[in-house]
Amino acid sequence: MDQIILQFLNGLDKGSAYALIALGLTLIFGTLGVVNFAHGALFMIGAFCAVTLQRILTLSTIVEDPTKTDFLGNPAKISTPYVESWFGPEVGATLIDWSVPLAILFAIPIMVAIGFIMERGLIKHFYKRPHADQILVTFGLAIVLQEVIKAFYGANPIPTGAPEAFRGSFDFGVLIGFDPNAIIYPYWRMVYFAFAAVIIGAVFAFLQFTTFGMVVRAGMADRETVGLLGINIDRRFTIMFGIAAAVAGLAGVMYAPINSPNYHMGMDFLVLSFVVVVVGGMGSLPGAVLAGFLLGILEAFASMNEVKAIVPGIDQIIIYVVAIIIILARPRGLMGRRGVMEE
Amino acid sequence: MGILEVKNVGKRFGGLQALGDVNLSIAENSVHAIIGPNGAGKSTLLNCLVGKLIPDTGSVLFDGQSVLGRKPYEINQMGISRVFQTPEIFGDLTVMENMMIPCFAKRDGSFGLNAMTNMLNDRDIVNRAEHMLEEMNMVDKRHMHSASLSRGDKRRLEIGMCLSQEPRLLLLDEPTAGMARADTNNTIDLLKQIKDERDITIAIIEHDMHVVFSLAERITVLAQGTPLVEDTPDNIKGHPKVREAYLGETQAA
Amino acid sequence: MLGLTKKDFTLFMVVLAMVALAPFILNPFPQGSSLAQMFNAGYPDLMQRFVIFGILVIGFNILFGLTGYLSFGHAAFLGVGSYSAVWMFKLLGMNVIPGILLSMVVAGIFALAIGYVSLRRSGIYFSILTLAFAQMSYNLAYSVLGNPTSNFNLTNGETGLQLLLTDPRVLGQSTTADGSLPVTNFFGIAMRDSYELRLGDWLFTFNAGYYLCGIIMLISFYISIRIFRSPFGMMLRAVKSNQQRMNYTGLNTKPYTLAAFVISGIYAGLAGGLLSSMDPLAGAERMHWTASGEIVIMAILGGVGTLIGPILGAGFNEYFKNILSKINDGVLHQWLGFLPDGVEDFLVTIIHPFVGKGWHLTLGLLFMVVIIFLPGGLVEGGKRLGRMIFGNPKRSTAEAEADAAEQRNTAAE
Ligand SMILES: Nc1ncnc2c1ncn2[C@@H]1O[C@H](COP(=O)(O)OP(=O)(O)OP(=O)(O)O)[C@@H](O)[C@H]1O
Ligand SMILES: [Mg+2]
Repeated sequence: MDQIILQFLNGLDKGSAYALIALGLTLIFGTLGVVNFAHGALFMIGAFCAVTLQRILTLSTIVEDPTKTDFLGNPAKISTPYVESWFGPEVGATLIDWSVPLAILFAIPIMVAIGFIMERGLIKHFYKRPHADQILVTFGLAIVLQEVIKAFYGANPIPTGAPEAFRGSFDFGVLIGFDPNAIIYPYWRMVYFAFAAVIIGAVFAFLQFTTFGMVVRAGMADRETVGLLGINIDRRFTIMFGIAAAVAGLAGVMYAPINSPNYHMGMDFLVLSFVVVVVGGMGSLPGAVLAGFLLGILEAFASMNEVKAIVPGIDQIIIYVVAIIIILARPRGLMGRRGVMEE
Repeated sequence: MGILEVKNVGKRFGGLQALGDVNLSIAENSVHAIIGPNGAGKSTLLNCLVGKLIPDTGSVLFDGQSVLGRKPYEINQMGISRVFQTPEIFGDLTVMENMMIPCFAKRDGSFGLNAMTNMLNDRDIVNRAEHMLEEMNMVDKRHMHSASLSRGDKRRLEIGMCLSQEPRLLLLDEPTAGMARADTNNTIDLLKQIKDERDITIAIIEHDMHVVFSLAERITVLAQGTPLVEDTPDNIKGHPKVREAYLGETQAA
Repeated sequence: MLGLTKKDFTLFMVVLAMVALAPFILNPFPQGSSLAQMFNAGYPDLMQRFVIFGILVIGFNILFGLTGYLSFGHAAFLGVGSYSAVWMFKLLGMNVIPGILLSMVVAGIFALAIGYVSLRRSGIYFSILTLAFAQMSYNLAYSVLGNPTSNFNLTNGETGLQLLLTDPRVLGQSTTADGSLPVTNFFGIAMRDSYELRLGDWLFTFNAGYYLCGIIMLISFYISIRIFRSPFGMMLRAVKSNQQRMNYTGLNTKPYTLAAFVISGIYAGLAGGLLSSMDPLAGAERMHWTASGEIVIMAILGGVGTLIGPILGAGFNEYFKNILSKINDGVLHQWLGFLPDGVEDFLVTIIHPFVGKGWHLTLGLLFMVVIIFLPGGLVEGGKRLGRMIFGNPKRSTAEAEADAAEQRNTAAE
């Protein structure tokens, strides 16, 4: 039992990431009809926003301290981050420690701007072109974005720590009445899940309860009719693209402590997020979220040693196997609507 | 027993009963028109005949065999061809290629893996396609991309493609919609000629009464998913129920 | 001739001449010169890659170019073909023919299975499904079926599948007389054998493996021309154009698309088998999605749906990858040395991310530019250039189209 709960929890963080990326993919697909192969790159850029903020905060002045020498006999260099000299060592250190959560604020404007630029500058011109061209141009963009990141940050993963307070694990089992040490769960993963839940809730609430969201939902259901009402759908859709980019970016920011950011993490997640979208049902937002968590948890269960002993390597392919079965049994996906992508 | 027997066919779309309880019998080698106001369910009925939709109730027999549950291509291979309300042709292909494809489908069936012959060396097919182009008066356009044809030409090409399969039943969904008068008259002449020259049954949906009365031998009036009357053109013309349903006229007027 | 129209036959002969004379064409600069170091490409392994990737993209184009189904997972077949061939070299012997045949058969079966499922959907769905399948195959090859400690080690995981001195090779020898690994050969002609021709300062290499691959590419190319001009090819174009009309014309689109998928899968398997025949080593990275993406890139660069496009695209991609990755800061400084120092350093800094290890970035940008401005790839670019130079501006597009159609519609001799 405790094992089952543990794996369930283990699946939540990856599932959250899948769900957040798939949510953005579905928003873009549902509103603009474009499958965005560069969406993984947005997730990756988000993670690098965290890296960048950490680097900015740790920018340091280097002063020589003549009273001490290093092992070569030269005067020792003491580096002090600017933030520490500006705000005092205590506040400064806290700022640095909290750079990943702070990067959320830093990332939102960046991601929204990137989303706007992408949509207005590139994708807009592809609405009337064949689907294949849309896939290709966003795929090209994904390559370019990840190579740009590689050029600036190198090919190696960059460890980016969570705040001190959230490092380490806590005993989740005790909280729900199990023996001590039965279910040990890292704090940050809990934070990530909670964060994802908030974002997902916010997106749904936004779509459900604002007029803007209502128009967008109506547009997702039937673009032409809404267009006929004289409502400027396109501008709203651009904004939705920005929101989707921000969702992917924030998912990336907060994922940085879980998985050290590297330039190809976007594509790795994208392929699986596509599978999630297909399983959830193309065009269905709840489907994307549900499938994201479902597959994340399934993957966690498949990586239990007991399972792997029976079917070696099952954790590597379980998501694909399940996806294939679902496509065969229910081509529309778990919650797909009729008529979406069914020529 | 007609070549096409539609019995008790019904079809719902959610809350909308698009077809109520349709019974229809089309006699072999006749021209049968189906008319009715917009949204009466005419296209829906046609969709049920060619396998695009599966009716909720009832049966559809073509030449004694049920078509329900068969794929569109199987139904076509049984001998039913359909011309669509908006022309469906192979826009990226030339007119000649458009015409060759149904010829291949007629001769080789629903799939043929003849990947190593040059299609233009297939005299049999080329002759058939050329012959059909002549009949359709389109020989001079044979090398054109069919997407660049005029709307009337597209329609003629589509009719020609269907005819080159020598179907036993030809279904036409508003073949003259959006055509100029002259084009419409050409189409009427073409259809008359087809009907005189071939053993073919034609079912035609049409809003243009001129077309209907020039061609049809029998007419079914469909309103709100159910057939109101079925009769000869002469009787239909004066039928009060038809005038009411179709033209929205009251009996007094 | 050969069942081709005059135009097609001419095209075929041009390609044949290019393949035959590649060792000359690709080595325009004298040996040892700095230009040669940068721009000569007449080396056996590079020339082999030109033609092998040519085969791969020719096959991909039969699927994507004709039916419009964009597969994002073709590298899976390339990888499967590679592994199959290496297994043949391990078990049977070092003659490349059984390996190549097996790679085609296995890739064909793979394509049948993957195609059967993926082709239940079209459009974006199809692309995503093929991508997912390919990535699953990659995971299978990389870890699941490649555990060196298990009894069922098909791919040898991260290290890749290699020849061992202990392999059985029932029809050949496990080890040569001097105790080393035997080399791949075509009935005794070793694939790595080369004849070198020295003309003045120029050195030309004629490699046995290259010519074998070249001949196979010509056969592949010839078959693709025949497919393009056949009723089957026309049906594939019809699938791309209007599936609805096809269905209501009594044609079943499924077997057509599946056949196209399997044929292109076999082409990819053949390419994989040839890669292994030239260098008997197969690794999972050949199946990674980046490899699938590269196939797409090559096809687009060349010109989708055209006959010669795939060959141009594959050649262009390999050639520029080769050059770009050779350019480093030293070379840049040498090239820009005539400029004032500050400007020189500035330019080198600017160019640096795009060359050397950054060649991916340049090709990615180029790919985007082509998609945005030149969707017809090099072939269309060539045509536009031709029109600009020789231009007859009065020519209407309708005429040009009629011309293209005529080319298709002139009966073969
Ligand atoms: N796929 C569908 N889903 C839902 N409703 C449909 C569908 N197809 C048709 N309908 C509805 O069924 C009714 C009948 O439509 P149909 O197209 O058969 O009419 P019609 O007689 O062909 O009209 P028209 O003369 O305008 O072509 C209409 O109210 C239409 O909106
Ligand atoms: Mg209608």
